[in-house]
Amino acid sequence: MTEVIKVDHLNYQYEAQKELNEMALKDVSFTINKGEWVAIIGHNGSGKSTLSKNINGLLAPKSGEITVDGLVLSTETVWDIRRKIGIVFQNPDNQFVGATVEDDVAFGLENNGIERKEMQERVRDALERVDMWQFAAKEPARLSGGQKQRVAIAGIVALRPEVIILDESTSMLDPEGRDEVLSLIHQLKDERGLTIISITHDINEAASADKIMVMDGGQLVKQGTPAEIFALGEQLVDMGLDVPYPERLKAALKKRHFDIPDDYMTEEGMVDWLWQLNSTK
Amino acid sequence: MNKLILGRYIAGDSLIHRLDPRAKLVLSFYFVGIIFMANNWQSFSMLLIFTLGCILASKISLSFFLKGVRPLIWLIIFTVALQMLFSSGGQMYWHWGIFKISEFGVTNGLYIFCRFILIIFMSTLLTLSTAPLQLADAIESLLKPLKTIKFPVYEIALMLSIALRFVPTLMDETAKIMNAQRARGVNFGQGSLIKQMQSIIPLLIPLFVSSFNRAEDLAIAMESRGYQGGEGRTKYRVLKWQTTDTMAFVLFAVVTVALVYLKN
Repeated sequence: MTEVIKVDHLNYQYEAQKELNEMALKDVSFTINKGEWVAIIGHNGSGKSTLSKNINGLLAPKSGEITVDGLVLSTETVWDIRRKIGIVFQNPDNQFVGATVEDDVAFGLENNGIERKEMQERVRDALERVDMWQFAAKEPARLSGGQKQRVAIAGIVALRPEVIILDESTSMLDPEGRDEVLSLIHQLKDERGLTIISITHDINEAASADKIMVMDGGQLVKQGTPAEIFALGEQLVDMGLDVPYPERLKAALKKRHFDIPDDYMTEEGMVDWLWQLNSTK
Repeated sequence: MNKLILGRYIAGDSLIHRLDPRAKLVLSFYFVGIIFMANNWQSFSMLLIFTLGCILASKISLSFFLKGVRPLIWLIIFTVALQMLFSSGGQMYWHWGIFKISEFGVTNGLYIFCRFILIIFMSTLLTLSTAPLQLADAIESLLKPLKTIKFPVYEIALMLSIALRFVPTLMDETAKIMNAQRARGVNFGQGSLIKQMQSIIPLLIPLFVSSFNRAEDLAIAMESRGYQGGEGRTKYRVLKWQTTDTMAFVLFAVVTVALVYLKN
């Protein structure tokens, strides 16, 4: 597997932190392979969003090196790197630049000097992908939160990036809108072989990732498959994080003295195990 | 807020709606200019008929235009009254102290009334039949020659379109903050003038702060989508000049000629 993002000993400090001698990111190193779905979890203020803004050069690292698809991030390459990475932010209203849906999707293309004819094709294609073409001429004020977030995704999809970063993109949506947006991204990822970095508080979303990175106090404290991470159980709770539903059930059963294996189980695995337990009784 | 008809757009598909926004913008300004050439009842009635013709062609109900006049009615009455009461000349009808109503004053008052109505009707027609976004495009396109003197045309246009796009969003937010503050016991629009102004503060400050936050979020989102300023950008929306636009200009030329012929 080829690596698409490599972060090497990254340090970052906000202006306000200088006097306090604190760091927002401390010695963060990791690699992400092409086509992976990576979830970054951690409680508020653990440096997740700072990390994503460092990766596409919105914030300049204090030290360390970031490589995206072979390009080392620097003032010369920052715009090339931004072309490779699309970020969908949290608040769907505040990232809506265009006056109408199609203008918003076209905004990124206009910035990159795409020819008008190709632009029209790409806008239509992207909006059809997210099932919003029928709203093309609508203003943002007439759309729901989930619809606006789908337009934001279309705006990124039209740019055809290699990596999409979801910076808590579903946190302001209702469960229905969230499922919609996530299944849409899954679909896009499979079709285009995209790499997805999802910064999230939603533990169930993280559970479906290929890899989970856990941030705490500006450091990358753990990374591994969901099974490895959620097997930590108690440790996660200590870091202020939640565990998926099967893990909570496991903990509750343990309290009632059931002999339950320690390794992580998905919902199906849990159901199977319970069936087994029931039949051997 | 709903009383304000100016700046509202009524979607439709008429000859006027389909005109190029640049043509509409230039012609409405031009029309306001030539209204001042009219100085007798023949020229004014010609302009009135022409304006009513334009309104009919837009297929927008006349009541919208009358609503546009309503907020300005006191200004109109005031100006007309001043004109009637203080100008002399011609036959004198009525006289009391410094107030007098003369033949000259009455006709002048009527002309001013006509001018007001014509200007309001025409500018309302422009905003009712043109989407704000189209107007922003038209302004950008018309300001383009100023680029040679380093006037930031593109930036102004972007600011205009972002401002327009955020108007409803900020209106919603204002209502939300107002209700939130009401729930905590703030009385809006009650008490003395000073009290009323004080009650605006808990609305204004959160609105400002949230606008700053919005601006920051928006700037970050724009930058991460590759926005580097106006240079080297292509355009998704393009204005198209059609024969009907040229025809509109010809029509206005005819009106101008007729006006010059009819006026004293």
